[in-house]
Amino acid sequence: MSARATKATAGRVLRQLRRDPRTIALIVVVPCALVILVDQLFADRQSVFQRVGVPLLGLFPLVSMFLVTSITMLRERTSGTLERLLTLPLEKLDLLFGYATAFAVVAAVQATIVSLVGFGLLDLTAANSKILVIALAVANAVLGMALGLFFSAFARTEFQAVQFMPAFILPQILLCGLLVPRDEMAEWLQWLSALMPFTYAYDALERAATDPDLGAAFWFDVLVVCAVSVLALALGAGTLRRRTP
Amino acid sequence: MLHAIDLDVAPGSVTGLLGPSGSGKSTLLRSIVGTQIVEAGTVTVLGLSAGSRALRSRVGYMTQSVSVYDDLTVDENLAYFGRIVDVDSARSHRVLERVGLSSHRNQVVRTLSGGEQARVSLGAALLNEPEVLVLDEPTVGLDPLLRRDLWAFFHELAAGGTTLLVSSHVMDEAARCDSLVLLREGSILAQATPDEVLRRTGHDDLDEAFLELVERGRE
Repeated sequence: MSARATKATAGRVLRQLRRDPRTIALIVVVPCALVILVDQLFADRQSVFQRVGVPLLGLFPLVSMFLVTSITMLRERTSGTLERLLTLPLEKLDLLFGYATAFAVVAAVQATIVSLVGFGLLDLTAANSKILVIALAVANAVLGMALGLFFSAFARTEFQAVQFMPAFILPQILLCGLLVPRDEMAEWLQWLSALMPFTYAYDALERAATDPDLGAAFWFDVLVVCAVSVLALALGAGTLRRRTP
Repeated sequence: MLHAIDLDVAPGSVTGLLGPSGSGKSTLLRSIVGTQIVEAGTVTVLGLSAGSRALRSRVGYMTQSVSVYDDLTVDENLAYFGRIVDVDSARSHRVLERVGLSSHRNQVVRTLSGGEQARVSLGAALLNEPEVLVLDEPTVGLDPLLRRDLWAFFHELAAGGTTLLVSSHVMDEAARCDSLVLLREGSILAQATPDEVLRRTGHDDLDEAFLELVERGRE
């Protein structure tokens, strides 16, 4: 591990993003617009908006970073830069932590701005500190990044990578408890959702929004999100092959 | 797919790997750099197994595709790869001058011409002054003047002790190499100096000599 290589990689990824202002605008503006949309959708039923609003703030980074990472990593694989990097004195973990650092920074910016809109403009409230919500959003971003990195190994083209969104992300959004509380689902769906990382990310956010005590269940959720991130990063590192056919 | 390749490269020289596209040049070079899964046989570079950790700072590799970040500037690319191999910015500036890109340093790579992009890629491989430099078709699509300059530069590096292995599918570049490896359909047709190849085949043109060797191989 080298702090120099990790820092250089994080800086490089951020510089690449900065060269693409439209993507930055999309990362920041789209979640804000969607939160406002949901607020308007439930204009007459503010209790519903209060229930889903805070979890939404924290789930956006997961989705954005999943997409951004899987495409960036795919490009890195197809352009030959990954092959070059792996012939250099660079540890795979330096590369992965570099990516994780860069996207955590982007996620923090994204979550902060969306939170400002949610808490400031739309009168969302949370039983716990708003900083906790942002911290959860950053943890979710790292989870999204780790999953994106892993799944990018299974896509050969950017078209395929984008299709992972409806294939892997949408079912998790449907089953995580955001639309229908998990204990009202059919039992097999509950089992299925228990296998999905989104479920724990959502549950942690919901507890942060509603439960001032933050019991053991909250910390278990956080633990699962972190553990799945580490696991996906490790599996992702396994897909970065120095030798290829 | 490569067959029964037995290859030795002299230190401090420019060895040309010549052959038509699809002859296995890239596969051979990638085996030497250690990015190719080798089914059978051993590849040793500087006395170490190809691709081993200790070699990563001693072998420079320029892939056939322009493997730099096309959404970053020339400077940003060299700065990033420079930090990975741990050289200072003065070194990247010298490299920039060397590959003739000083005036383009703040240009985004995507906006450069193909030849300029190839030189950014070459520059990135030169950063840590590797002892062995593996270049996969570095002069493809370059204008003749630039090609001449680059070959002169390769010999300068060799004179300084660097061992270069350069692939090309253009025969007129073969004459510029200290020694040649002629490759066709995954097998080595000949490994000799350009003069020797000419003498052996009785031709005065390397293109003809290559054809002759192919014909002889068939018999």
